[in-house]
Amino acid sequence: MLYRTAGQFKTSYAKDQALFPIKQDAFLLGVILVFAWVIFPLTASEFTFQTLLIPILIYSLTAMGLNILTGYAGQLSLGTAAFMGVGAYACYKMITIMPWMNPIVAILLSGVFSAGVGVAFGIPSLRIKGFYLAIATLAAQFFLVWLFEKWAWLYNYNASGAIQVPNLEMFGVYVAGPQASSVVQYYVVLFIVCLLTMVCINLTRGTLGRTWKATRDMDIAAELIGINLMKSKLTAFAVSSYIVGVSGALFVFMWRGAAEPNLFDIPLSFRILFIAIIGGLGSIMGNYLGAILIVGLPVVLNLLPNALGIPIDSATVEHLNIMIVGSLIVFFLIVEPHGLAQLWRLIREKLIIWPFPH
Amino acid sequence: MLDQSEGYVTADGRQIGGVLMEMKNITLKFGGVTAISDISFDIHEGEIRAIIGPNGAGKSSMLNVISGFYTPTIGEVWYKGAQRPAMKPYEVARMGVARTFQNIALFEGMTVLDNVMTGRLTHMKAGIGAQALWWGKAQREEIENREIVEKVIDFLEIQNIRKTPVGRLPYGLKKRVELARALAAEPSLLLLDEPMAGMNVEEKEDMSRFILDVNDEFGTTIALIEHDMGVVMDLSDRVVVMDYGRKIGDGTPDEVRNNQDVIDAYLGVAH
Repeated sequence: MLYRTAGQFKTSYAKDQALFPIKQDAFLLGVILVFAWVIFPLTASEFTFQTLLIPILIYSLTAMGLNILTGYAGQLSLGTAAFMGVGAYACYKMITIMPWMNPIVAILLSGVFSAGVGVAFGIPSLRIKGFYLAIATLAAQFFLVWLFEKWAWLYNYNASGAIQVPNLEMFGVYVAGPQASSVVQYYVVLFIVCLLTMVCINLTRGTLGRTWKATRDMDIAAELIGINLMKSKLTAFAVSSYIVGVSGALFVFMWRGAAEPNLFDIPLSFRILFIAIIGGLGSIMGNYLGAILIVGLPVVLNLLPNALGIPIDSATVEHLNIMIVGSLIVFFLIVEPHGLAQLWRLIREKLIIWPFPH
Repeated sequence: MLDQSEGYVTADGRQIGGVLMEMKNITLKFGGVTAISDISFDIHEGEIRAIIGPNGAGKSSMLNVISGFYTPTIGEVWYKGAQRPAMKPYEVARMGVARTFQNIALFEGMTVLDNVMTGRLTHMKAGIGAQALWWGKAQREEIENREIVEKVIDFLEIQNIRKTPVGRLPYGLKKRVELARALAAEPSLLLLDEPMAGMNVEEKEDMSRFILDVNDEFGTTIALIEHDMGVVMDLSDRVVVMDYGRKIGDGTPDEVRNNQDVIDAYLGVAH
């Protein structure tokens, strides 16, 4: 009923190609944006910022980067965390070499470095596909983490081998480092995530998106209708790694505050891959849904026993947590193998024709 | 560039232009197997040219040579009056050669509209920056090319399924969407690899009508491979007959029909 599309006629192709051809979708997005930009920052506690809002946004962005590569262009990658690391270390080096640099500019530029590294490690994709490519990207994962550890220049030769985010100021406000407040960091993250989401939506619905999807669905046919496969795959690696790199810089500068090389190890890559798969490969919104589930659910489950007044010690909660999240992942994948985004798409289709079945 | 003097008039009175593509002494070998041996023929502008032959005659290999998927071992391909160097299939496509496939090769995860829009990719030039912002040239191109795509969709009568994911469509419609994708590229030469394979009589009639209409309305040159003899003889202006990788006949349907070699190849001959 609420989703009735009757009477919304498109009179030009421009209108038909609008981002939200259905009014209700635009309205829903508006409500979400008001929550994200106004209501959450006004009401959230320090704890909510640090355990829910900021990490969910950052993980969504990383998953979006991976989704461009795996979901849209069909190139499986297990090196996501390493490319995040490249972004983080690049940002760190830029800030130490040029301390006057605007932090947001530095973060956005750090993606350029990871894009370059991503393209270099994407070259095997021209010859190999599927699981074999995943193994090739695993090489990036191991090599880069090793490099973060051994190349002392990257962490300014400090004894701990870790990078520490300094206090960074922008227009008289601390945006990163120990003195920055969560609200400011949240806004920086939100701004960059909104910007890059916009870019991703536009890229995936346009020429480049169609090129990627054609490469994913049937590469031989794609080449025979005039798609340069090399260009298609490498642009996917570049765009994907750019976004992943920016999210890596955000991950360290806006959330963790410090990073050791093993932070970017393979479990993080898998975590991002799970978010993308559970959210829905080949969908932008799915990344948000996946991140909310994977990041948000454990936090909620941790708080639940306390809120309900059930006395369970924290170690048990931790174990229960892993079991519940694990079984939920299996459950969602059985119910809808194409992810939460597809589940939402089906619900929406049903809502549009409700109360009729067809 | 084209040699117009080589045009001819068909039996039903249509004027056919000069040579668009010429295959000169094409031989194609895979290791020790010779798929095509020393075949020459030409395709004139505006005609419907069929390649027929029994199973394993090398028809599809021939089509793959034309579309640049295979590079001939020996021989030259002349296109629009110049020799075509060995090039990648996507470069051939950009020179105006579009094709459909024997086993449908659509992009299953995309809608019909998006699939047909991929046919326009070679015509879309906006940079990545403009695309990222959906601004200026990128937006203009989307709309201009959408108009062309909609004309093709209208022409092939698939308006009602334009936003349906291709994976959900039945076989006959998929074939039509594939034709739409090839047509959207506005090709100079359209290659159809068994356009009627697996279709019932009604679908075959529809497809035949579309092929004739495409040729008639857009003046598109068409080269097709087909097994249904009735269809081939009715549709095409000239026919090349292949058997065991060699050319055994070339001419109008009537000439081919009365060619003893062709009859032997199709009906078998007592040794």
